[in-house]
Amino acid sequence: MGMDAWAMLPEIVLIAGALVVLLSGSFLPRSRQGVAYGIATATALLSAAVAPMTFGAAPEAVFAGNYLVDTTTQVARIAVTGATALVLLAGRGSIAGSPRESETTVLVLLGAAGTLVVAGAGDLLVLAVGFLLASVPLYGLIGLAGTARAAEASLKTYLLGALFGIVLLLGVTLLTGLSGTSVYSELPVALADAPGGAVTVGAAAVLSGLMFKAGAVPGHFWVPDSAQGANGLVATFLTTVPKLGAFLAAFRIVEALPDPAPAAVFVGVLALLTMTLGNLAAYTQDDPRRLLGWSTVGQAGFLLVPVAVATTSTLALPALLFYVLAYAVTNAAAFSVTLALPGFRSLADYRGLARRHPALAAALVVALLGLVGTPPTAIFVGKLTVAAAAWQGGAVWLAVAVMANSVISLYYYLRWIIPLYRPADPAHVEPTAPLRVGAARTAVVAAALSLLLGVAAGVVFSVL
Amino acid sequence: MLSAIVFLPLVAALLLAVPAIPDRVARWIWVAVAAVDLALVAVVWANFEEPPEGQLAFEERLAWIPGVGASYHIGVDGLSLPLVGMTAIVFLACAIYALRDDDRPRIQAALFLFLQSVSLGVFVAADLILFFVFFDLSIVGMYFVIAGWGHGATAGRSALKFFLYTFLGSLALLLGFIGLYVSADTPTFDMVELVEMMPLQGEPVIGGAVLAAILIGLAVKTPTVPFHTWLPPAHTDAPAIGSAVLAGVLLKMGTYGFVRIAMPMLPEAWQDWAWPIIIVGVVSVLYGALVALAQRDVKRMVAYTSVNHMGYVVLAVGVAGLVGSGTDDARRLAIVGAETQMVSHGLITAALFLLVGVLRDRAGTYELSAYGGLAGPAPRLTTLFAIGAFASLGLPAFSGFIAEFQIFAGAVGTAPITAVALLGILLTAAMFLRAVQRLFAGETRGGSIGFRDLSATELWSAGPLLALSLLIGVLPRVILDVIEPAAATLVDLVGR
Repeated sequence: MGMDAWAMLPEIVLIAGALVVLLSGSFLPRSRQGVAYGIATATALLSAAVAPMTFGAAPEAVFAGNYLVDTTTQVARIAVTGATALVLLAGRGSIAGSPRESETTVLVLLGAAGTLVVAGAGDLLVLAVGFLLASVPLYGLIGLAGTARAAEASLKTYLLGALFGIVLLLGVTLLTGLSGTSVYSELPVALADAPGGAVTVGAAAVLSGLMFKAGAVPGHFWVPDSAQGANGLVATFLTTVPKLGAFLAAFRIVEALPDPAPAAVFVGVLALLTMTLGNLAAYTQDDPRRLLGWSTVGQAGFLLVPVAVATTSTLALPALLFYVLAYAVTNAAAFSVTLALPGFRSLADYRGLARRHPALAAALVVALLGLVGTPPTAIFVGKLTVAAAAWQGGAVWLAVAVMANSVISLYYYLRWIIPLYRPADPAHVEPTAPLRVGAARTAVVAAALSLLLGVAAGVVFSVL
Repeated sequence: MLSAIVFLPLVAALLLAVPAIPDRVARWIWVAVAAVDLALVAVVWANFEEPPEGQLAFEERLAWIPGVGASYHIGVDGLSLPLVGMTAIVFLACAIYALRDDDRPRIQAALFLFLQSVSLGVFVAADLILFFVFFDLSIVGMYFVIAGWGHGATAGRSALKFFLYTFLGSLALLLGFIGLYVSADTPTFDMVELVEMMPLQGEPVIGGAVLAAILIGLAVKTPTVPFHTWLPPAHTDAPAIGSAVLAGVLLKMGTYGFVRIAMPMLPEAWQDWAWPIIIVGVVSVLYGALVALAQRDVKRMVAYTSVNHMGYVVLAVGVAGLVGSGTDDARRLAIVGAETQMVSHGLITAALFLLVGVLRDRAGTYELSAYGGLAGPAPRLTTLFAIGAFASLGLPAFSGFIAEFQIFAGAVGTAPITAVALLGILLTAAMFLRAVQRLFAGETRGGSIGFRDLSATELWSAGPLLALSLLIGVLPRVILDVIEPAAATLVDLVGR
């Protein structure tokens, strides 16, 4: 067991750090809460630092096969802890001085740990636990902003989460009951003789439950509301991190089915619906954070594509893993820009930004064009490999859908880019909130990382 | 060597992003870098020998994303080298022309150097993903040129339309590339290997679909009828040097894609679809000429002649796919003509756009009717514009004649019906003569009164472009010696 615990070091660091922050936050005076925040950021950074240390080791199943430490989990660790660190680095300004500062960071760390459990679970029951561990902090996080909009978003998220949690549990029950086991690696054999229809229903229920975490159809309704209504730090976190685990878990589930074809089609249809809905709904948004919220729904659709060809394309897993990394850093960059400019709640506010803050505007352009999939950013490589995997896996229609949706998405990203480079409108009243330097720096760093990841894609790809 | 040529402008562009550099210095850095880049291209040209089939000259290859079979693979042959040279020349001309610009010159220089890098990158890329990366970045760069330096209230809209339309095309292209990748025996994005493998030979349905995706992508960029509608607004609102680069260099990326990617990699599908391609070419020729004839705005008129001129190229590459009929010689002639036309059109149209830009700079309008009798106050502009117009309509002794003569000799020799496109030459001739007459002849009036003639920078940017067109027209062997072996190879490849 000693070795087992060592294998889960990044997760343990997150949870231990969360406890330290909780305790220190409770005893520190209001004016010294920055210390707790610092500990939380250090925890995320430490976890991100130890995450790559186990990279490349032989895959192993720890805790009696309940938790898988393989390339997928390793990548999830890097993406989740790295993105959490970026979120905390960018988000300080948006909760500094609020009475719930240390609670927020505790919940963020716990949510990240839950996401890792979802990604690494090798057992349906562990998956269910991870789902709850990743979801419960979210409800609190969204509500912490205390505004009417946040309360509405929190309630909506809670109700949807409860519903999809039950659907997930239903699926887990069905699959476990049919097979007599809950361990992924035993499912293909144990389910081989089970009635196909029941297995498909069970798998579809588990996958649907995960769609809530992924922010994909049919569990996407909470995403735009929360992105708009929650505190900036929280919005960045919950649109970036929790969904990373869901895609990887869904990939593992599809792989573990004796006959993955029906589930694959199910996921493929969900992918198509998700990307189309997300991108169309983003068209008319004027609040940048709500626009980004819908954009993350669209991105979720792209990320589901490799899941749909999990067993039919050798490229599917590396494509998904790369896209997860690319999405985490690019989305964090785009959100960080909105964190740096807290008063800017309309696209019109961004007019003339390039002249006042050229580096920040450039970071935003890189992030948004990155989300479109413009080379040489990371998501370009992600989209390219995802589409290639779809075609290779026999789902040409999904490859076409990825391309068509990229064109659709370009329009609303451009609606945001255009004002940046126009002269400021003298008639427009500028929001008075000052620039938050920490978030601006994080945005520039994250945008640069997304470019670097794209250019150095070969190096990254060779280890996936 | 090629990498240095491609990335030198990009490095300079990054340098120019430093705000401390004064505008004056920035302008001269731009000219110097463009000149050095051209000198490097000249060195490559001097040492160039046509590589054997299946290879490239000055080849460089590095692993990039081996997981998906994409590498940093570049090289030149007789099809790409002339375009590389033309690109370096056009960008240098733009740098000189912009020496007197005072609208954020440092950023403008950085942007154009970036565009130069990606344009050169497209023409030397020997990997589909690398090609696509540069192809797409050229769209991003040109978007910012139009949106940032465009004139008129509609610049933002035109830029948006340009971006959306060409981005749609580029994604269709990418889809086609993925199709080629997936269908190859050993999946790869390498152009040389794909040409050798011919992934979709014997599969007319998928092959046709993949070709269709690639053709749509390239047709948007070229542009051909019916995908040309982004072009006139983009040109109307783009700054003069932006238009010169857009028409001179960026449009060639579409036609270059035909000869570099579509024809050699999908020969069977190309043969099957030769007639539709020819028809699109002929329609582009005639439609472009007719609409140009109807314009009252000089810049739009020149823009539509691009549709017409690119139509000749499409016609020629289509004819090259008619393997069953005619002789190899005729089809080879058509390809040589198409390639020459790309270079010739790049030089002439860039010059014309630079000259037309002078009109707006002096009198604030492109309307034909606002001018008259310009020959009096502006003899140098008159001379150069007339030379450009005659070169563009295909007068012998200019490069356009060499190009169009070979295209028609090849096309009519292979498929006599294509002679109907000759009408296009007549129409362009009428259009240019009418434009020259209305702008320069008659009594000096309207915007022409007090018109300042070409300045030194304007003269020395547009002038050399036209001189080169004249040089190619008089001594065509300079360029034909490079093109002909590569064209012969291409005809063999497409005949497989």
